[in-house]
Amino acid sequence: MNTVAAEPQAATAAPATAICCAVRDVVKTYRVGRGAGATRVRANDGISLEVRRGEVFGLLGPNGAGKSTLVRQLTGLLRPDSGGIEILGHDIVRHPDRAARLLAYLGQESTALDELTVRLAIETTARLRGLPTALARAATADVIDELALGPLAHRPLAKLSGGQRRLACFGAALAGPRPLLVLDEPTTGMDPIARRSVWSAVDRRRDQDGATVLLVTHNVIEAETVLDRVAVVDEGRVIACDTPGGLKAMVDGSVRLDLVWRDGAPTAIPLVAALAGRSAVNGRRWTVRTDPDEARELVAQVTAGPAFAALDDFSLSTPSLEDVYLLLGGRHEGLEK
Amino acid sequence: MSDTALLDEAQPLAPRASLLPSLGAVYRAQLSRARVARIPLMFVATFQSLGILVMMRGVVGAHDTEAARDVVAGSAVLVVAFVALNLFAQYFGRLRATGGLDHYATLPVPAASVVLGTAAAYASFTVPGTLVTAAVGCALFQLPWVHVWIVLAVIPLAGAALAGVGAALGLLAPKQEIATLLGQLGMSAALLLGVLPASHMPTPVQWLRDLLPSTYGVEAFARTFTARPDWAVVAADLAVCAVVGVLSLALSTWAYRKAATRA
Repeated sequence: MNTVAAEPQAATAAPATAICCAVRDVVKTYRVGRGAGATRVRANDGISLEVRRGEVFGLLGPNGAGKSTLVRQLTGLLRPDSGGIEILGHDIVRHPDRAARLLAYLGQESTALDELTVRLAIETTARLRGLPTALARAATADVIDELALGPLAHRPLAKLSGGQRRLACFGAALAGPRPLLVLDEPTTGMDPIARRSVWSAVDRRRDQDGATVLLVTHNVIEAETVLDRVAVVDEGRVIACDTPGGLKAMVDGSVRLDLVWRDGAPTAIPLVAALAGRSAVNGRRWTVRTDPDEARELVAQVTAGPAFAALDDFSLSTPSLEDVYLLLGGRHEGLEK
Repeated sequence: MSDTALLDEAQPLAPRASLLPSLGAVYRAQLSRARVARIPLMFVATFQSLGILVMMRGVVGAHDTEAARDVVAGSAVLVVAFVALNLFAQYFGRLRATGGLDHYATLPVPAASVVLGTAAAYASFTVPGTLVTAAVGCALFQLPWVHVWIVLAVIPLAGAALAGVGAALGLLAPKQEIATLLGQLGMSAALLLGVLPASHMPTPVQWLRDLLPSTYGVEAFARTFTARPDWAVVAADLAVCAVVGVLSLALSTWAYRKAATRA
């Protein structure tokens, strides 16, 4: 496997020596279609990775990369076709029922809780996580305070906006202590304030309780700012695994020039025509990856010449995890910036 | 790696949620859904049974005692069938299709407490509708209502038997639409085979009627309308309901485990 080795400067998290979760060569295939036309799709194609205790570890990749399939195997919901999964010393492939006693899982769906009020959804989840009534009530009150869910506490989840519903489900995942939190795209649809309270709560669990967090995301900014280490997943494989800084060091020396055209690119201009062949085109946005000197030169030419009249916006930026993803051969779409 | 070696260095597991407290938590949560989602459907279930009573009153005289007893008992138990079989199949079918089962499957909770807690809540939804239907039926067909209290035994026992079947249909059906269809068919069977007097039916249809768990609830209730009910037979009918209830809830618990950890 072409996983990039983790570098020592990596995890800034608290004692990151022991392994919390080890995945070894996991393969999971799905049957698609029926009868003679049925084919098998490899959702996970030999994934291996290790998550250290106390770190915030991310799985980054576009939709359909196999992140959620991997997470469903970690949580005991799916059994891998082959390979091993160990969480905090327990063999989850052999004993999938133990996962529920080791981790809290926030899935992508909320239908089990939709008709309950926020308070009852969190409290019921805490009770079903094994807490006695009084402790479940106390844990619910704490989570509601922590996530500022008070004004929504008496409203059914189904009546909330997507982001508020997501925050309530995140609250349910926090109710009752667990050494590992597995969060599948926790901040989808949330406003910046809700996102901030999610990351504060995650930090608190990590700093105060030493919890480990495994996070699925396709948001590059989120991955760069909250993760200690990140595994980049594409087409069922881990194509790189390191700290965000370590991964970005792989594309050091290159910058990204984004050009946004007002109506359409003026390809009649020779400079623009020459750029067309080497740009990643996304609607009116052209993205060129190059070295800083050439980038400066290009900006000067574009802004000084006739192309400037057709230009709506331009920006020059240092590399992001998206550039790493592309450098490693990932597909050209699917990551959220 | 051996299991023992693994556990020697393993983090202790958090305790499981025990059966009764988690059953209580699920029951309470499900009951709270009544306000949001179930009350309109309860009205539909009750008015459907009241409509059947009125319709049958047009063809069955108040003094045609065997037919009148079956109509009243069958209509009352139909409320239970509508909720426990039809709505339950739809609820679990939807939960399975939309990934909602993952929530319960990633909590250390016994499968039985989820199924039983939900079934108990659904059975509770049916109490007012069943009592109203029984009372209106007694008035319309001039039947004695002195033993109507028996519905309080019929509801949980017939409810358990039908809810188990409903949950299994919802959890095992390959698609949500098929779960809805099967629930609807089950309720139609309870309607057609439960409301009409058995003695008017051809023998093969009577066999089908005997296979339906709600039949025994209907018969137990119908027998209490006589001047001197044969309580031993009533108890035997309810015992059949109870046994079928235990079996069908066990089946639905198995179906739940299978659906929650589909691999």
